Amino acid sequence: MSARLFSTDHKVIGKQYCYLAMVAVTAGILLSLLMRYHLAWPKGHLPFIAGGIMTPEQYLALVTMHGTIMVFFVLTTAPQNGFGTYFLPLQIGAREMAFPVLNMLGFWLTFAAFIVLLSAFLVRGGAPISGWTAYPPLSGLGDITGPGEGAGQTLWIVSILIFCVGSILSSINFIATTIDMRAEGMDLMRLPLTVWAWFFTAVLILLSFSVLLASGVLLLLDRSFGTSFFIPAGLVVTGQLQTHSGGSPLLWQHLFWFFGHPEVYIAILPGMGVTSQVLATFSRKPIFGYRAMVVTLGMIGLLGFGVWGHHMFVSGMNPYSGFAFSVLTMSIAVPSAAKTFNWLGTLWGGKIQFTTPMLFTLGFVSIFVTGGLSGIFLAQPAVDNMLHATYFVVAHLHLVMGVAAIFGIFAAMYYWFPKMFGRMMSEGLGKAHFWLTFAGVYCIFVPMHFVGLAGGIRRYADDSGAAYLSALEPVHRFMTIAAFCTAAAQIIFFVNFFHSLKSGALAPTNPWNANTLEWTVASPPPADNFGETKVMVYRGAYEYSVPGADTDFILQNVPPADASHRNGNRTGGRSHE
Amino acid sequence: MSSYIEPIALREAESANDAIPQRVYPTGMWVALGGILMFFAALVSAWVVRKGLSTSELEGRLELPRRLLAVNVCVLAASSGVLEVARRRLGAGDVKRFRRSWYTATALGIVFLAGQFLAWREIAAAGVYVTSNPDASFFYLFTGAHAIHLAGGIVALLLITWRPMRHLTMATATQVAAMYWHFLAAIWMGIFVLLMIASR
Repeated sequence: MSARLFSTDHKVIGKQYCYLAMVAVTAGILLSLLMRYHLAWPKGHLPFIAGGIMTPEQYLALVTMHGTIMVFFVLTTAPQNGFGTYFLPLQIGAREMAFPVLNMLGFWLTFAAFIVLLSAFLVRGGAPISGWTAYPPLSGLGDITGPGEGAGQTLWIVSILIFCVGSILSSINFIATTIDMRAEGMDLMRLPLTVWAWFFTAVLILLSFSVLLASGVLLLLDRSFGTSFFIPAGLVVTGQLQTHSGGSPLLWQHLFWFFGHPEVYIAILPGMGVTSQVLATFSRKPIFGYRAMVVTLGMIGLLGFGVWGHHMFVSGMNPYSGFAFSVLTMSIAVPSAAKTFNWLGTLWGGKIQFTTPMLFTLGFVSIFVTGGLSGIFLAQPAVDNMLHATYFVVAHLHLVMGVAAIFGIFAAMYYWFPKMFGRMMSEGLGKAHFWLTFAGVYCIFVPMHFVGLAGGIRRYADDSGAAYLSALEPVHRFMTIAAFCTAAAQIIFFVNFFHSLKSGALAPTNPWNANTLEWTVASPPPADNFGETKVMVYRGAYEYSVPGADTDFILQNVPPADASHRNGNRTGGRSHE
Repeated sequence: MSSYIEPIALREAESANDAIPQRVYPTGMWVALGGILMFFAALVSAWVVRKGLSTSELEGRLELPRRLLAVNVCVLAASSGVLEVARRRLGAGDVKRFRRSWYTATALGIVFLAGQFLAWREIAAAGVYVTSNPDASFFYLFTGAHAIHLAGGIVALLLITWRPMRHLTMATATQVAAMYWHFLAAIWMGIFVLLMIASR
């Protein structure tokens, strides 16, 4: 049992990350439903809340915990550490990750971080209320600033510090594995785009989580040892003068967002990799502009480190700084648009197969574009000053970072489930899950933009006190009903997942007729992946519908001679020189 | 002493068959050093910003034990140098002298830590604690964070000579440990220079 639990097999660890993310996403959704219920019916009674009606502090605790769970334990955990840990070695033709023990340690640290975070619900004062961004001075002074700001906030910081260490260990593993463990012939320009995405994401994790780790230590020192990194002098809280001297809350914001913005790309880049992989497979066409796809992944990652100030336009920053951050932010539209056009180019003229993973991939592109467009509004300091505290921002970030990344996760799960578990998922249930989720998220988040434009203020537990806000309540009710329906649609996924685990049709080695190396081993793969077989790679990852070939796909390990013999005289493919 | 040489040779033969090539270890260490560099860069930039705030002059300054810190830096640099000598000796197959210099380098690392602790004591004896002023907070933080990293390094140096690693050859293990050790020396020299400039 403990050998299985503390396995160093990357496939077991990958699945453990996926299961952890499933538990976390369920928790995160339940918390959001409580919030949505309260926003729609502020006077409504909730059975398991003391006093029946949610207090503003309880609402803020839900905001904090929902954000933290979703950002760290779902969006960082599943796409990178879940699927990446499972498939990176398989896709590059390696028998293991570079550091198997470190890999196992990374997962268990992440697991411990999750337990520490959840335990914040159980301590005196409950969960913290300072948001997933934990801005000081609220987060730095202890329980004088509110319930949850005592032990709950401390547990939050400790959880994030543990999570940072786990993620950094895992990123070291990803980078070293990609650099040094590739099979012979797996040149950089033959790597699947998923591998490129995981690689760039790992670099982002390494550089940004190290900064969050340092910032978290400073915040913990301010709370527990009375230092003054972030707490200003002369601060009076509930009538009491604080002893701190001269720190800067803005310093935390700079440090936090230096991590926080790359974190957005940590969540979304793996989804972009999966999208490229799945679109090419089910369009039966090579990915359009492979090199451009690699370069734009890198560009998005690089630019992601220069735009953190756009989260702070309202902090009174120098207008020239605001201008620089604004221009850099908008420049991210260039590689993002290049990717989108390349995805459309891949679809163009393809023999499109509307399988469930393909639908979720198309959904990813749709939602990424929709969510990205509102980002162009928010990138203008003048517009952001008006919209910053409103639901417009909530709608934007949920679509572009949350839902798009979740669609990437679903696409990956439907695509790779046959390989991971040796059985096929139900296509009927998968499609029902897709259409309900797709319609549902648009019903939740499109109206939310308009609530924001109408001045609906985010983080308020109850809008009924102000006339112009209470006028928005019908829209809130609509969004809440949509949220409950969308959440219910996720039951279809879980039914499909667990039913297919036991009773799905047995999966062949290569059910989608795809090219990458994971489809050359049995489903599920043996413990040592390729075993003693020496993996040789002869071609790029996306050689679909090569003219003159017998089949419309050529696996990466098919030698040129075999391919020409079997497929006529032309194997095509830029990458077999 | 002789029992030490045999396992090294034995282990190197086994390692050749491992699915994991030796080159991953230096690569992994380079990557890890990138992360540690970002960690310290975040602390240093926080320090620069904090010092730049208008109130920081009023909060008092830190009188550093400059001479003691300078001696400590020299000890750490010497440790780094001796560790490199040890690696050369291992490369030349002189295991006995390798061990001697490896232990010397480790001992110098411990002396450095003791020296840093003395610096803490000296500052604390003057009534300056972690909350006294921002410079003091950052000084305790820099030295503390660096000491934790260095203590990890000392454990690694001792482990390498205690018994052969499971997957690493001796050459790789010493190479990776030396990378880490030199990096910690370099990063402390950088912080030391900054501290000296800032406390003038």
